[in-house]
Amino acid sequence: MKNFSRISRRGLMRSTAAAAASLPLISRLAAAEDELVCGGIYVGAKDDYGYNQGQAVAVAKVAEIPNVRVIEEAMVPETAEVQKTMQSMIELDGAKVIFATSYGYYDPHVLEMAAKYPDVHFFHCGGWWEEGQPTNITAYWANVDHGQYINGILAGHQTQTGKLGFVPAVPIPVLLRAINSFTLGAQSVNPDITTQIIWTGDWNVPVKEAEAVNSLADQGCDVVSCDLDSPKVVVETAERRGIYSCGVYADQSALAPNGFLASAIGDWSVLFIESIEKMRAGEPLPNSVLGGFADGMVKMSEYGPAVSAEARAAADAARAGILDGSLEIYTGEIKDNNGNVVVPAGTTYSYDDPFLEQIDWLAEGVIGSPTI
Amino acid sequence: METTEALGWIGVPLAVLSGAIRVGTPFLYVSLGECITEKGGRINVGQEGILVMGAMVGFAVSYLSGSPWLGVLAAAGAGSLLGMMHALFCSARRVNDIAIGIALMLFGSGLAFFFGKPFLNPSAPQLPAIPFGWWSDSPQIRSALEINLLFIIGLGLVPLISWGFRYTRWGLMLRTVGDSRDAALSLGIPINRVRLVATMLGGALSGIGGAFLSLYYPGSWNEGLSSLQGLMAVVLVIFARWDPVRCLWAALLFGGAGALAPALQSVGVTTGYQLIAAAPYVLTLAIMIMTSSPRRGLVGAPGELVLNR
Amino acid sequence: MIRAIAIPLFAIGLAMALFGLFVAAVGADPFAVYASIYRAAFGSMFSWENTLVRAAPLMLIALCTAIPAQMGLLVIGNEGAVMLGGLAAASAGLLLTGFAAPIGMLGMALAGIVAGGLFIAAVGALRHWRGVNETISSLLMAFLAFAVFDHLVQGPLRDPSTFNYPGTYPIDDAFRIGMIPGFEVHWGLVIGIVACVLAWLLIRYSTFGFALRICGNNLRVGQMAGLPIGRLVLISCGLGGGAAGLAGTIEVAAVLDRASSALHVGYGWSGILVSFIARHNPIAIIPAAIALGGIRASGGLLQRSHDLPDATVLVFEGIVFLVVLWSETLYGRGPIFRLRARHGNN
Repeated sequence: MKNFSRISRRGLMRSTAAAAASLPLISRLAAAEDELVCGGIYVGAKDDYGYNQGQAVAVAKVAEIPNVRVIEEAMVPETAEVQKTMQSMIELDGAKVIFATSYGYYDPHVLEMAAKYPDVHFFHCGGWWEEGQPTNITAYWANVDHGQYINGILAGHQTQTGKLGFVPAVPIPVLLRAINSFTLGAQSVNPDITTQIIWTGDWNVPVKEAEAVNSLADQGCDVVSCDLDSPKVVVETAERRGIYSCGVYADQSALAPNGFLASAIGDWSVLFIESIEKMRAGEPLPNSVLGGFADGMVKMSEYGPAVSAEARAAADAARAGILDGSLEIYTGEIKDNNGNVVVPAGTTYSYDDPFLEQIDWLAEGVIGSPTI
Repeated sequence: METTEALGWIGVPLAVLSGAIRVGTPFLYVSLGECITEKGGRINVGQEGILVMGAMVGFAVSYLSGSPWLGVLAAAGAGSLLGMMHALFCSARRVNDIAIGIALMLFGSGLAFFFGKPFLNPSAPQLPAIPFGWWSDSPQIRSALEINLLFIIGLGLVPLISWGFRYTRWGLMLRTVGDSRDAALSLGIPINRVRLVATMLGGALSGIGGAFLSLYYPGSWNEGLSSLQGLMAVVLVIFARWDPVRCLWAALLFGGAGALAPALQSVGVTTGYQLIAAAPYVLTLAIMIMTSSPRRGLVGAPGELVLNR
Repeated sequence: MIRAIAIPLFAIGLAMALFGLFVAAVGADPFAVYASIYRAAFGSMFSWENTLVRAAPLMLIALCTAIPAQMGLLVIGNEGAVMLGGLAAASAGLLLTGFAAPIGMLGMALAGIVAGGLFIAAVGALRHWRGVNETISSLLMAFLAFAVFDHLVQGPLRDPSTFNYPGTYPIDDAFRIGMIPGFEVHWGLVIGIVACVLAWLLIRYSTFGFALRICGNNLRVGQMAGLPIGRLVLISCGLGGGAAGLAGTIEVAAVLDRASSALHVGYGWSGILVSFIARHNPIAIIPAAIALGGIRASGGLLQRSHDLPDATVLVFEGIVFLVVLWSETLYGRGPIFRLRARHGNN
């Protein structure tokens, strides 16, 4: 596959050069329009078995579209460097589409570059586009927490101790929401289930992640889930401790043949490919995209061998409920873990409600604090 | 899979104990290696890069050959090569060993990341552990007492190195070179060669420490694997005041402190997470302040060490 | 003088050759790689901007090692001073919200400089009055600074709506440092260059600098001459730390608009090496930082045009630093210096 794309790329360059020689200006413009250069920028390694891998896989699918050339940079920190990386892709390589895939790239980096290059379209993962910000931005995210809810249902059926564990990286709204959804999913099976959380304090700190899983196992948690750059260490450590695990962002089933339950996968390629088709057709692109099960942006991996038929049925039913809108995760009454009512009875926050984007509380039954 | 009883607060000392061993083993290897290096009068801050390199090479060789022990050997080899680089660069006149160390930290990590890309995704065969907890019914205790052979080897190395420093001819030469260049010169000891061997040994041990990270705990290759543990181990040697036995205690202490924060969170202590993890540095600083004095260098420090000016 | 230019050039040439061998060994065309490095780092106006934006913080951070080095002290806790400086500046910026822009900016800069300065001055104080080795204590203090920083931005000072790395609330837009007109690099570059020149003038032409250099050459001579050693240690460490704290301030005010873990990207380590390559000469820090900025700027193009992994630029950096640091040994050689070297202490 890789060889094929290289050959076609070279062939394309040759034809561009020939055209440029015959009809200087016009055909050069046309050739430039034919080939669309897309730049993918990642904060970590592209093969991390987690978040960045999920993004890179999607960008790789973009590269398969005819006449699209993909350029990539990994390990780009969220400093002035990412601005220069975007600029360099645009100025030196003629990129017209930028996939800025880390949360922290948005404000101020993507915002500034989008204002500066109005003819380039920026895709940003995890940010929230607001009125007044440049319109050549598509801020995308998917309700991976829907998948965590399904993970929670599977975990709720699996647990014998009634105690689940969750290893989150840092206290930000998206992660608080993932923890809450996982817990609410489990509590839909048995309201007495609790989730113990252990913050690792950073996105990629393998030793702390392994320690967190061991501590959770010592406290009697028998299923763990997580939200961090790569669930690899969490899933592998859980398998060694003989407890069950759920993953996120990519399919980690190969890492834990016995204890893996399921993974909530974000599939960004659906959005990327569709958007590029729209761009080529001259249609406008949306500024915010929040995907879910319905549009295929959130998927569940295959359930692991340990998942019972009953759990499978419950998970599938919940998935169907989320799909047809009959199930909303954040339906009152929900209390936080200090006993305050955060979602009153009778209130429902739909999955795209701004309320859920600002979550700063942990649901009742979560043992831990929303700050560290 | 079996039901386990929650341990509650008893889990904290258990986690700290088992964490001290699991998290402390790489500290032990790097600090023993650095101890040997510094006894010769040179400091190698580049142990961080060597640790990362050892982790990558160990993992890669284990994955490709199927034998984790071959991986450990390869990691030791790679470590000693980087150690050799440090020694050779520093034996040139006027070259600063700390600066070379920082450059080696960048170079070693860079090289490891470069060649480690294909090994980020796979899983490699892991080092086996010895189940010292077979007698217990509690899975927590059984898990806590699963001890890796590398830790036991490390335990064995401690008295061996102590003895080597004190009673072997080579140990005497090393200490002479480290304490006084002039004395070593007048005795006709080949200073650079002794330091070369010491730094290579130190690098080999750090490489093994890295292999422990990627082949046992946490047990996979990842670019964030070390998170500056190699650099902390350099500090740890000062904490241990250049004594291998104290290196062992210090490594266990640093490891235990790393395990304390997650363990406390699991019983509901959630504030000050980052501060608890920093406790060993406060302790080290306190020890340095107590054992230093404006009139002489650090107590127990080899005389030729740059730290001793 | 010729030596001071010829040796670094030779070292960089050697490093380039070694890197070329490395690249060739992994199957890329070294000459194409050199061309890309040039194109990405210095080939166009945009490339220059890219290079200089990366060089800007390194200049101030290198001063944190270079100024104390005049006295023979080796400080390596730069990263800690940068982070504390950034945190103090962001806090000051938040406290001063609503005040006029000059007051806010001045307040932020002062807070950053004082925080970084006190941090490294404490290292100097421990050194002078307790004899605690400044290299290790600054490293330890840097670890402590990371912990305090993470604790504060993830806990008490956290803006709950920050994405990814937790951070403080953003500072007032009015307090932000903008771009140099017509040139897309923020004013931090000018501040960095000015700071390096000032430091050079101070060390070269002031009595203070003269006293520093005397103590650096031989502490006993300084003592016998009745120089206030303690004060010199404190001031040189304080100035160095202040420079690093100012670097943190600029990162906050020009780039991030808040203090977050995005500050923690290893600028401190690079700064130490820049100071060493410049042989702790503040004026030489400017080209050294630009060279390193250029290397960093080329990292992207190496990934995109040559299918080389992101770590290639780290390998390149490592080779350059090792060779340049090693080239220090060449200064004592050659016909002119041979005599003196023989009588030296080797």
